[in-house]
Amino acid sequence: MSTREDSIARTGWLVGRWWIPAAAVAMCAALLLGAMVGPAGPTWWRVPLALLDRLPLISLDSGISPREWTIIWQIRMPRVVLAALVGATLSLSGACYQGVFRNPLVDPYLLGVAAGAGLGATVVFTVNRSGSSSWIVDPLPLVAFAGGLIAVAVTYLVGTAFGGQRSAATLVLAGVAVTSLATAMQTFVLQRNTEVIRQVYSWILGRLSSATWSDVRLVLPYVILSCGVLFAHRRLLDVMRVGDDEAAALGASVKRIRIAVVIAATLGTSAVVAVSGLIGFVGIIVPHAVRLLVGASYRLILPLSFLLGASFLIVADIPGRILQNPSETPIGVVTAFLGAPFFLLLLRTRQGTR
Amino acid sequence: MTSLNLSGVGVAYGTRNALNDFTDSVKPGEWLCLIGPNGAGKSSLLRSIAGLVKHSGEIRVDGSPLRMRSARRRAQLVAYVPQSPILPDDMTAREYVVLGRNPFISHFGTETKHDWKIVDDVLHRLDLNDFAYRAVGTLSGGEKQRVVIARAIAQESPILLLDEPTNALDIGHQQQALELVDKLRREHGLTVVSAMHDLTLAGLYSDRLCLLHQGYCVSSGSAAEVLRAETLAEFYGVSVRVHHEPDGTVVVVPFRHMETSSDI
Repeated sequence: MSTREDSIARTGWLVGRWWIPAAAVAMCAALLLGAMVGPAGPTWWRVPLALLDRLPLISLDSGISPREWTIIWQIRMPRVVLAALVGATLSLSGACYQGVFRNPLVDPYLLGVAAGAGLGATVVFTVNRSGSSSWIVDPLPLVAFAGGLIAVAVTYLVGTAFGGQRSAATLVLAGVAVTSLATAMQTFVLQRNTEVIRQVYSWILGRLSSATWSDVRLVLPYVILSCGVLFAHRRLLDVMRVGDDEAAALGASVKRIRIAVVIAATLGTSAVVAVSGLIGFVGIIVPHAVRLLVGASYRLILPLSFLLGASFLIVADIPGRILQNPSETPIGVVTAFLGAPFFLLLLRTRQGTR
Repeated sequence: MTSLNLSGVGVAYGTRNALNDFTDSVKPGEWLCLIGPNGAGKSSLLRSIAGLVKHSGEIRVDGSPLRMRSARRRAQLVAYVPQSPILPDDMTAREYVVLGRNPFISHFGTETKHDWKIVDDVLHRLDLNDFAYRAVGTLSGGEKQRVVIARAIAQESPILLLDEPTNALDIGHQQQALELVDKLRREHGLTVVSAMHDLTLAGLYSDRLCLLHQGYCVSSGSAAEVLRAETLAEFYGVSVRVHHEPDGTVVVVPFRHMETSSDI
């Protein structure tokens, strides 16, 4: 049976599944690379040895001093892991927004989610950030989530109210308007709290450089929850591809799926925006690159966007550490430099295929 | 086999009534064809049975009301093929047909071997084996229509709704598609409700016709009863000749007004 089928040129998600282990390998390689590169610290080839040495049952002489180990474990690793979580969550959310709105142009930024979450985070920053450390649950991701959710709700309502059958352009334009409004409100809040401008500004541009394990711990529960819910919807996102009417006729509860996916994606996006700042383009270029590679089934797009989004942001974070040594180039600047040309290229290829 | 009863079904979009007080009873295994001019309410009726629009009145399948059913359960009873289905270009035919199994898969579940077996079986019976791993975007119009019908058959629901299934097909593929539906209907004992524009084909394949006009059913019965020149003139505003072939086929032929042609 398999021989007959193998003779036919196959496409689709059933045959593309071997991409997932390949992408997992790519992510591990990126994690390792991220841990090996940096302005200070041990020779690069000693780093994998030192990491292996820490595994149980393995003992290796990596020749690394305790000070160098601190650099690897307390400075580089949290940064690399946080970059992976942020990249994975942004691109997974981007892919899900695109699926659930059936609109290839939307991403956490164009929908206004990131700006809304940014506004929420700015408010938390201005209202005595240090005083919140006594709270049981850090309010930062939660307020960011509230901001992101309000923004995406407004975008969606405005986009559908004027867009008739939810036209692609109207939704994006509504997102642009919401983004501008949220950014303006953010500027207004900042103007009245000039003492935090510097802190907020460096956060806006993307702030992986000061990552610590506590940042990782802060976002991890939200990322796990959000990604878990999104992955669970992978088959249903494929059903949604035939449009609201046909999906409903196939027994899918279209509204319920859309709301669940939007809330989960917004939760993940807001949490990572709260710790990493505004890192653009990841949520649109990674899922589209994945689509060009493997086609449009969400059973492949979701895991691959997750893995390759993580790899992408780790690698994109590396030039920032070296370029302007000893100062840092913000990660948001790097992704924009890489993302904008890629995005234009993407628009061109998309036009060509039509 | 399954019966479909509609009593007092109405559909309104805002203040405009698309369908008024439609009452009909489709017998198990019957093919009812809805005809009527554009905007007569054919699609609205099909969409209300499929559960896609809010409607008044009651729709019953084998005596039990559809209104009480969940979307999933409803989809197990009623399969719907829209006028212009959306086919994601890069989905393979097999992936597309398996979407028809959605009503049988739990919310977060995945397809079982049984689902794939049904899909492969349907592809085989509809002679689509060669297209199973082809992207649906690369198929021709007739092949696409067959794949869409395959999805509806994979749904294994006893009631099949077709909204202009021969739309955009040439005469050969029109016949092929309708023959296929007719064959499947007999094999599976399906109850079929379709909307069609081609009156001759509608009369040829269906058991009964129902002529809708401005949301009202104005005539219902066999092809010979409904397809009469004066009826069609009244509701379509068309001038036709109706021929009755010896085998019972009713042929509707429009005729050209001589006075306009003589001017040229």
